[in-house]
Amino acid sequence: MARERYIKLLLMACASLSFLAILLIFIFILRESMPALTKVGFGNLFTSTDWNPDKGSFGILAFLNGTILTTLGGLIIGAPLGVGTAIFLDQVAPKKMATVIRRGIELLAGIPSVVIGWFGLIILVPFIARITNSSGYGIAAASVVLAVMVLPTITALSVETLRSLPIELKEASLAMGATRWQSIRTVLLPAAREGILVAVILGMGRAIGETMAVQMVIGNSRQFTLSLFKPTATLTSRLVTDMGEAPPGVFRSSLFAMALVLLIFAMLLIFSVRMITRKRKA
Amino acid sequence: MIGDGNGNKMRVKNLNMYYGDFKALEDISLNFPSQHITALIGPSGCGKSTLVRCLNRMNDLIEGSHMEGEITLDDENINKSSYDVISLRRRVGMVFQRPNPFPKSIYENVAYGPRLGGIKDKEKLDFIVEDSLKKSALWDEVKKILKESGQKLSGGQQQRLCIARVMAVKPEVILFDEPCSAIDPISTQKIEDLMAELKKNFTMVIVTHNMQQAARVSDYTAFMLVQEQGEPGRIIEFGDTNTMFTNPSDKRTENYITGRFG
Repeated sequence: MARERYIKLLLMACASLSFLAILLIFIFILRESMPALTKVGFGNLFTSTDWNPDKGSFGILAFLNGTILTTLGGLIIGAPLGVGTAIFLDQVAPKKMATVIRRGIELLAGIPSVVIGWFGLIILVPFIARITNSSGYGIAAASVVLAVMVLPTITALSVETLRSLPIELKEASLAMGATRWQSIRTVLLPAAREGILVAVILGMGRAIGETMAVQMVIGNSRQFTLSLFKPTATLTSRLVTDMGEAPPGVFRSSLFAMALVLLIFAMLLIFSVRMITRKRKA
Repeated sequence: MIGDGNGNKMRVKNLNMYYGDFKALEDISLNFPSQHITALIGPSGCGKSTLVRCLNRMNDLIEGSHMEGEITLDDENINKSSYDVISLRRRVGMVFQRPNPFPKSIYENVAYGPRLGGIKDKEKLDFIVEDSLKKSALWDEVKKILKESGQKLSGGQQQRLCIARVMAVKPEVILFDEPCSAIDPISTQKIEDLMAELKKNFTMVIVTHNMQQAARVSDYTAFMLVQEQGEPGRIIEFGDTNTMFTNPSDKRTENYITGRFG
């Protein structure tokens, strides 16, 4: 009996420690970003595109823009590809072929991001440079790299969702004289909508947080740009570029403000997943 | 054999059916007379569901399955790869064991088939939906809630919705694969009444493990059996339902319908 109690206590300690660690990170980031929020000012921080710490300018809009555009770009390429792959694997491919491709995609999930970034750097960037006559660095390159990185998440979760649909649904539509494609489009995809949405949102989480691979191909410039082919930066890539050199003070605090934004993004995504899955259960 | 020659909507001749190397059905020959109900009975695993799924080629979905022999619909062999299964399934509709409405509104469930067929006109669709729901005896219960999800209905209502969904494409044959095994007795009776009513216009086949149901609704009955574990299912006896239940010619049929096994 005593042993039971010790184990229970031990497990409780583990759980409390994890929870405490997360809470502390949150509080720490919040506290550290306070100077920036108060001295630079909320408005200035988020609406200025001028990031020039030496001259006292701390606008992060350029990086916020970079993060949003690369994430959207990655999803615009990656989500249809992932969902399409999932449909192919679950509905079209013969079983053996589906297994081989699934294993391949799982493997893709295990490739360290620096390797994918490196591929981007030595193959993708020169390729984009050649066809667009630019430096090749920028949102386009980062989007493609991110698409590769969100692909395993979106594919795996979408396959799970499609697999969990009752076989009766598919049979019902085919028995009505639907073609395979009609059945997928009019019955299976609508029935899997929430699950696929969750897959895309979790992929989005991965894209927003990705640092290394993006930093290698985006060009790391401070300029605000809507062009797909001009060097810019994302919140994460700027963070990792500047954090080594930022002295304590407003500069460093601004970096923490960026971290805070990332954290809030992540929380919003998790919250929306919760909302979607709750609605599905109700 | 009963109904040979004219008056048969569908015929099965010397059918063998395989799942990979496993032979599931052997030498099945059977007729489905027009505007009558034919019941397939027999113990679990005797191949009656497999047989009914040959008739609209639903077994095609199973990797490695194949059929030998002839299945005709209006004297045309449907068991050849060149035959258009899409049009076959619009002519031979199916109601499944578990009610399986789509996660769509009641209206959209019924309009599904006509929409696939290219009907877009709202008035036409409205008419088909109402007509089909009336024919499946569900209209009065759902006419005020057509926009609500079909999956919110009770099991029995869902099954009638599935019948309406099939009816909306105006099939010639309707296959029922144990349509009442998942629903309550009152709903079961409604569906049996409905089948009797639909007989005027449709040829129907019902798979059932419920012998009373076969006796109540069908005109002809086929008794199927797997002799030994691992052997294919065969037809033991086929005939007029009354004769079959009062005076079966095969000892095994008698044993089954008197409840000695199965």
